[in-house]
Amino acid sequence: LTRDQLDQDTWDEVEETLLAADLGVGPTQELVAALQRRTRVEGVSDVAGARALLREELLALVDPTLDRSVATHVADDRPAVVLVVGVNGTGKTTTTGKLARVLVADGRSVVLGAADTFRAAASQQLQTWGDRVGARVVTGAENADPAAVAFDAVKHAVDEGADVCVIDTAGRLHTKTGLMDELGKVKRVVEKQAPVDEVLLVLDATTGQNGLRQAQVFSEVVEVTGIVLTKLDGTAKGGIVIAVQRELGVPVKLVGLGEGPDDLAPFDAEAFVDALLD
Amino acid sequence: MFTSLSDRLSATFKNLRGKGRLSEADVDATVREIRTALLEADVALPVVRQFTATVKERALGVEVSKALNPAQQIVKIVHEELVGILGGETRRLRLAKTPPTVILLAGLQGAGKTTLAGKLALHLREAGHTPLLVAADLQRPNAVDQLSVVAERAGVAVHAPEPGNGVGDPVAVATSGIELAKAKLYDVVIVDTAGRLAIDADLMDQLKRVRDAVQPDETLLVIDAMIGQDAVQTAAAFDEAIGIDGVVLSKLDGDARGGAALSVVTVTGKPILFASVGEKLTELETFHPDRMASRILDM
Ligand SMILES: Nc1nc2c(ncn2[C@@H]2O[C@H](COP(=O)(O)OP(=O)(O)OP(=O)(O)O)[C@@H](O)[C@H]2O)c(=O)[nH]1
Ligand SMILES: Nc1nc2c(ncn2[C@@H]2O[C@H](COP(=O)(O)OP(=O)(O)OP(=O)(O)O)[C@@H](O)[C@H]2O)c(=O)[nH]1
Ligand SMILES: [K+]
Ligand SMILES: [Mg+2]
Ligand SMILES: [Mg+2]
Repeated sequence: LTRDQLDQDTWDEVEETLLAADLGVGPTQELVAALQRRTRVEGVSDVAGARALLREELLALVDPTLDRSVATHVADDRPAVVLVVGVNGTGKTTTTGKLARVLVADGRSVVLGAADTFRAAASQQLQTWGDRVGARVVTGAENADPAAVAFDAVKHAVDEGADVCVIDTAGRLHTKTGLMDELGKVKRVVEKQAPVDEVLLVLDATTGQNGLRQAQVFSEVVEVTGIVLTKLDGTAKGGIVIAVQRELGVPVKLVGLGEGPDDLAPFDAEAFVDALLD
Repeated sequence: MFTSLSDRLSATFKNLRGKGRLSEADVDATVREIRTALLEADVALPVVRQFTATVKERALGVEVSKALNPAQQIVKIVHEELVGILGGETRRLRLAKTPPTVILLAGLQGAGKTTLAGKLALHLREAGHTPLLVAADLQRPNAVDQLSVVAERAGVAVHAPEPGNGVGDPVAVATSGIELAKAKLYDVVIVDTAGRLAIDADLMDQLKRVRDAVQPDETLLVIDAMIGQDAVQTAAAFDEAIGIDGVVLSKLDGDARGGAALSVVTVTGKPILFASVGEKLTELETFHPDRMASRILDM
């Protein structure tokens, strides 16, 4: 926002900023309307004032008061179980590795489950992460039943008295019912061993409006409890998570900021909004 | 949540029957609906702007007679324009006059490059070629293993002299890959590279050096069909840095509307050669501009 006085060009610029951040047409128009109302009611007539209000409105949408903690400590007598899901290539395996890194650094013992038995070298990739961060990895044979591998991993974690078990699953498009059924089964089978405490949906920040469909369908199948927004180190803003949170009430809990083991951070509402308006 | 462009325009034109030519105001309303439809399909904003300006001119000429449904007429115009842009220069893979043909794959992290390497290799092998896959992603954990598995599944050879996971020089691997192909008479070399952000100056520079080392006949940018507004920045940056020759749209087997197709083609002026439509190596199709236009418009 570069002008002094509020005029149609200002509103156009606000709209463009929000659209360019992948907020989507609906949420963008609602925000602009709300902003126009507020500037009128509160007698704000300069661009700087409007900008401050826009930031406030966005922040209210993102809601900094939401509980964004990841359930990695739920009971003393059993491991917390985290399931990592999402469409292809979003960063599930990498996030699994980074999350293990954070936990291990916190002095907790972690078992990783390589329940992607489909993609070429997926379990080796997770094994590399396990070696890197100091977590044990339970793998199955190529094309083994992913539910069986996940069950095994949780069983190991229980038997060893580990603190957390994080299960990496294969990427799957939410439109593929067979693969989504398979994912539902992974969760049900794991629950025979221990409750699943956290289901993290990994969304790529470059994703456009399809991200909402992904979140809807994955939530229906495995009850997503948190979003991990990856690849925020790029030019994309990840604005689709605003619609996701509004429609589904699922908060972003973590963000991915690179390919290295330390590039995972808690979601920071203010930083997210500032980057979006940048 | 999404309404098709025809539905939107039908609603806009409910009261227009028998009015003669569309007025400037009618056309503005039309353009707004087209803009919304394209944005909901993830076409990037600057591209939407450019596109609607073209359509506006043609819409001004539309007759609103009783016989014709102006909404349908305008949808037809939009569809035609989309096909024109998406399909203007559709072409097949270009093979070098003197083998080996070198194909360089580039793109953001997770776009589908390694999988595409396998798909192209299989496709070419079945057409009677002897492709060699070159493992020049030495960064992503176990990318070399992944490409080796993919090569085996495609029934083609792989050049993987370095273990990767941070060990080895991609430029050297790419160079020795070309030498190997010349010595052993592989007639197509497909170079898989690490995913990278367009704003990562070091990695983009490395990609330039790989390109200079292998002198590709085809530099293909792999773009995820689910990508949103960032498509323009990404496509422009890769094109500027390494000069792409064509685009492959991946993960089109989902339900993303795929507006990125329009964004990327408009920004780079380069054609889309293939649609990647699944995880299996057989799931590769030639790109159909008319289908893509219908998909973007949800028709
Ligand atoms: N720049 C950046 N790259 C990332 C980030 N997270 C993951 N990546 C990269 O994205 C690519 C895909 O990551 P993976 O972890 O393999 O993704 P995935 O979801 O497990 O993929 P599939 O299992 O094949 O569905 C890799 O090249 C990662 O290094 C991030 O936060 N920033
Ligand atoms: N559904 C679907 N999945 C695909 C398609 N192409 C690739 N994938 C999947 O997307 C994920 C990422 O594919 P890769 O080929 O590893 O992508 P990449 O660009 O090499 O990733 P990096 O090397 O990490 O940058 C994998 O799970 C693939 O199986 C496609 O057309 N459709
Ligand atoms: K960003
Ligand atoms: Mg994975
Ligand atoms: Mg790859």
